[in-house]
Order: sequence, then structure tokens, then C-alpha cells
Amino acid sequence: MKKKIIKLFKNPLSLIGILLVLFFIGVAVSTPWLAPPKFPTEPYRIPRDGWSSVPKPPGQGHIFGTTEGQYDIFYGVIWGTRTAFRVSLLVVGLSSIIGIIVGTIAAYYGGAIDEVLMRIVDVFYSIPYLVAAMVLTAVLGRGLNNAMIALIAFGWMAYARLIRGNILSVKEEEYVSAANAVGAGDLRILSRHILPNSIFPVLIQASMNMGTIVIAAATLSFLGVGAPTGYADWGQMISFARNWILGTSGNPFQYWYTVVIPGIAITFFCLSWNLIGDAFRDIMDPKMQGGGV
Amino acid sequence: MLAYIGRRMIIMPFVLVGILLIIFGMLQLLSPQQKLATFIKSPAELKNNDVEVLIEKYGLNDPIWARLGRWLNDVIHFNFGYSESASMPAAEAFLQFFPVSMELALWSALPIILGGIWLGTVAAVNHNNVIDHVTRVFAIVGWSLPSFVAGLLLLMVFYGGLVNWFPPGRLGLDASGIVQSASFTRYTGMNTIDAVLNWNWFVFWDAVKHIILPAIVMSYVRWAMLLRIMRSSLLETLRKDFVTTARSKGLEEGKVIKKHARRNALIPVATIGGIYLAFLINGLVITETIFNWNGLGRWAVRAAQQYDTSSLLLFALFNGVLLVVANLSVDILYAYLDPRVTYD
Repeated sequence: MKKKIIKLFKNPLSLIGILLVLFFIGVAVSTPWLAPPKFPTEPYRIPRDGWSSVPKPPGQGHIFGTTEGQYDIFYGVIWGTRTAFRVSLLVVGLSSIIGIIVGTIAAYYGGAIDEVLMRIVDVFYSIPYLVAAMVLTAVLGRGLNNAMIALIAFGWMAYARLIRGNILSVKEEEYVSAANAVGAGDLRILSRHILPNSIFPVLIQASMNMGTIVIAAATLSFLGVGAPTGYADWGQMISFARNWILGTSGNPFQYWYTVVIPGIAITFFCLSWNLIGDAFRDIMDPKMQGGGV
Repeated sequence: MLAYIGRRMIIMPFVLVGILLIIFGMLQLLSPQQKLATFIKSPAELKNNDVEVLIEKYGLNDPIWARLGRWLNDVIHFNFGYSESASMPAAEAFLQFFPVSMELALWSALPIILGGIWLGTVAAVNHNNVIDHVTRVFAIVGWSLPSFVAGLLLLMVFYGGLVNWFPPGRLGLDASGIVQSASFTRYTGMNTIDAVLNWNWFVFWDAVKHIILPAIVMSYVRWAMLLRIMRSSLLETLRKDFVTTARSKGLEEGKVIKKHARRNALIPVATIGGIYLAFLINGLVITETIFNWNGLGRWAVRAAQQYDTSSLLLFALFNGVLLVVANLSVDILYAYLDPRVTYD
């Protein structure tokens, strides 16, 4: 395992990914100093500088300019980093826990329980993720927490399938039979012998999903069912930019900053996780041993 | 094979019922007033009527099972209720929006499949040299860039910015005038196909100009995914014994890859590719919203924002059928591509 981690640091692409993640963690930790909140009780509310709808270019007082409605882009991007971490960690964490529980029960007990649980997984898989999440968020009411609930409700199935497959192969190992023979209880066998030996691929899958989840949450906000207007969320900020793709004559890219700056933030956030995930997958794939990066 | 298809057909209704239960269950979180919309055929019905009386009349306070049964009964009789978000009966709205999305999906599907397979082959053949790394970076950047950001950037450059080549919407003013005139027959509702059938190249060219950007936005993420699957699948096949045999008998490398390796490598790609195509609907939701296309995806967004129960249920039903059919076709394709697979 140690060797594999070292490999991860030696690969230039995943090293860039790790550095980017560290950078974003740095930004998220130091938000109160980078962009002191104007409303200490609601730090995620982006301060407005006036009520005019026309965005202002980067310049005095606004490093990255303002977007429609004079929301400060710099403030939104900085605090949006925290939003991105909160959403991705919570959604990935909780949906993998649900997936692990369902998959473990299905694999360990097998038979009819397995059959029923896996058919439920199939059904959840049959609904397009984004559409289902959009409907559930809309029904629960607009808001970031409801968007997260929706993303969790339709995002746990991949983990359940993965851990089930792993447990089915670990279950047949001799040390499990040995534990059974000395009379260890179900819970002890699961938590001490089976899970530690089958959970690792799930953790990789989880790290690879961080970027996907941030895009999904941002998409919900972009479509107007996620984070409320004025909330420091990258997707919500980009939705402002929709009205400003046309510049004035002679200056066609006049409002570039409304989409490019939050766009860069979200793309690099996802890029960092995907760079790590991609290298990880190659390293972990036994078929790629010798070849690959 | 037939027996297998038959077995899958028996499972199909169960999956469909499951999907409907989930969507129906979600919509039960709405208040009876919001649910009432499903049962109102036109806004006129709401006038001169007390909402409470209507709720009682349609039994919206009944237990969930009674309501589900009634809704299923309506569906069997092709009664999908009134769509508030489209201001017309939901079934009518569906028929109107379906060709729009279908056209975009068709124009995206071909580039996705061909582009993904081609790029994946190129990457695998050039394993570990510059081209391989370039495609790898393209793929990783591709699925890190959200499609709504890509769509807005493309519009900024190709509509307002450098050139005015590719405007949003489905047709320009002149072309939509022609399409709506009596001399233009709507065969399918898909602009590009109808223009060809009417032999009207002005409309065809205009429609193509409007479809290029949305089709790119729909395609690039899926290129990135398919290319990686194709690459690893082909790399694995290239290590197989039959490839070594083909090479050692002196066959040209091009033929080894095209005739021997690629066809075998396509098997896993077909499975995953088929499911991706069914999930194009996710892409439609975003792409149609950005490019102002009045299709199913944009309708679903509006329906979700307005708690339009009847439209959402119809949309879910459509998705369920689509996915079950896609799964089935993938299985059949699988057996066709891989002679070793039998379903008995």
C-alpha cells in the first residue's frame, strides 16, 4: 500500500492533483481572512454593492468584479470553496455509508435479502440521476440542504454494488470461516474481518466521486433548484452569467469574468480530484501492472 | 436468446413499477393543493370552484395506495393529466417536445459513439507516448468542465464574441417562418430531417447551424468517458494470445488492430455506451436550458420548478421505459458482438 501511495506522488499528473486539492483546502480554511464576511451570522451570503443589474469588471474594490445584481465575485468564489467541500464531503460521505450498509447486508446475508436489495438498487439506477435529484429537490423546496439530500438519495447505489462484490469474494476466505468456527458473532465478523478487507476500492470510488458531486450540485443550483440567489455557490454564480454572454459592440467579451472566474474555480476543483482518481485507478488496476503510469 | 428476451420482458414491468413508486412517493411530499394540478384538465376548471371541494372530489386526502391505483388506472387509459408548466395536456406537451429532444439526441449520439471509439483506439495504439497523454489530459479536463460552463463559453465565443456563427434557439427568424408556413410539411417535428424531406436546404443549413453547439456540449463529456473505456479495453485485448498470433503470422499492424483487436475490445464499450445513450437525458436537461431549446429536458426543469406533478410523472415513466429498452438492446447487442455469450 505504501508503495502505491509513493507512486501516486511520483506521477506528475496526480502530483498536480494533490497540490491543487491542498490549495483548495488552504483557501477553504483561510476564507475568513481572505474575504472577511460582511454578515458575520450568515457568512455564505455574498455582499452586494448596489442594485444595478449590469456586471462590473474586475477593478477597484472588486478584485474579480461583480456579477449581475452587484454580487462580489471574489467573495463568492472564496466562500464557494467551502460550499464545494461541504457539499462533496457530506454527500460522498453519507451516500457511501448508506451504500456500504446496504451492500454489506445484501452480500453477507445473501439469498432473498440480497435479491430484494439488489433489485431496489436496479430501480434506483433506472432513474437518470440528475433528473431524479432535480425532482426531489424541487419537491422538498429550493435550498442547498435539500439538494444534498436529493444527491444522497440517488447517489448511494454505486457504493452498494461495489462493496457487495468485494464482500462476496472476501466472504469465502478461510479467516472468515475460522472466525465463524470459533463462534464470533455476525457483527464482529463483519466489522473486524470482512469490512477492513473489502472497503478500500469503495474509498477510491468515493474520492473519484468528489468532483462529480460538486458538478451535480452546481448543476442543480444553475437550474434554479439548488442554492438560493446570492448564496456563495459556484453553480448559482454561473447562473447569473446566462444573461451576459453577449457583450456590447466593439467589446464582445465585455462580461467574460461573470462565467470564466467561477467556471475556473469549479473546473479546477473537479480537475484536482479527477487527476488523483485517474492515477489511483491505474495504480490499483492489477491488469495495468507493469504497463500504465 | 428469445427465451432470455422473454424473461427480460417479464421483469420490465416490475422495474417500471419500482421507478413509478419512487417518483410517486417523492411527489407525495407535496400538499394536496399542489397535487390538485394533476387532475385539472384546463385552467377554466378552477374557476367557480372551491379548491377544498375539488381536493375532496379527486380524493387527494385518500391514502397513498388508493391514489396510486387511480393514477395507474388513468395511465392505462392514456390520461396523463394537465401540464401546468406547458399550459396544455401533458400527453400533448410530450408529443410536442419529444421530437425536439430526439433530434438533439440523434445528432449527439453518432459523434459520441464514433468519436469515443476513434479517440480510444488512437490512445491505445499510441500507448504511453505523447498522443496517449494528450487524450488522457483531454479526458480528465473533459469530465472536470461542467457542461453548463462549456455551453456558456461556446456561446460567448461563437455567438456573441469572435463570430456570429452559431446562435442559440432551434431556428433563425427566416427559417422558422418557412417552417411554420403551409408549404412546409412537418413529417417528424425534427427540423433537420423535415428540411431534407421538404428538399429545403436553406432551412436545413439554418437548423444545422443551431444544432452544432448543443451537440458539442452533449458530446464532449461522453467522449471523454467512452475514450477511456475504449482505451483500456483495447489495451487489454492487445495483450491477448490471438493478437500475438496475428502479429506473428506477419499481418500488418493496422489490420491486427482493426480486424482482430478492435472488434473484441468493443464488447464492454457497447454495454457501457448503450447505458450512456439512455442517460443522454441528463445532458438534455442542461443543454436545452442553456441553448433555449424547447424540448423534454427544459420542460422537465420547468415542471420541477413549478411542482408540475403530472408532467414529472409522465417524464419519469418515459425515462423508465427508455432505460429498460436500452438495457435490453445492450444485452442483445452484446450477444451479437460476442458469439461466446448465450442467454440460456
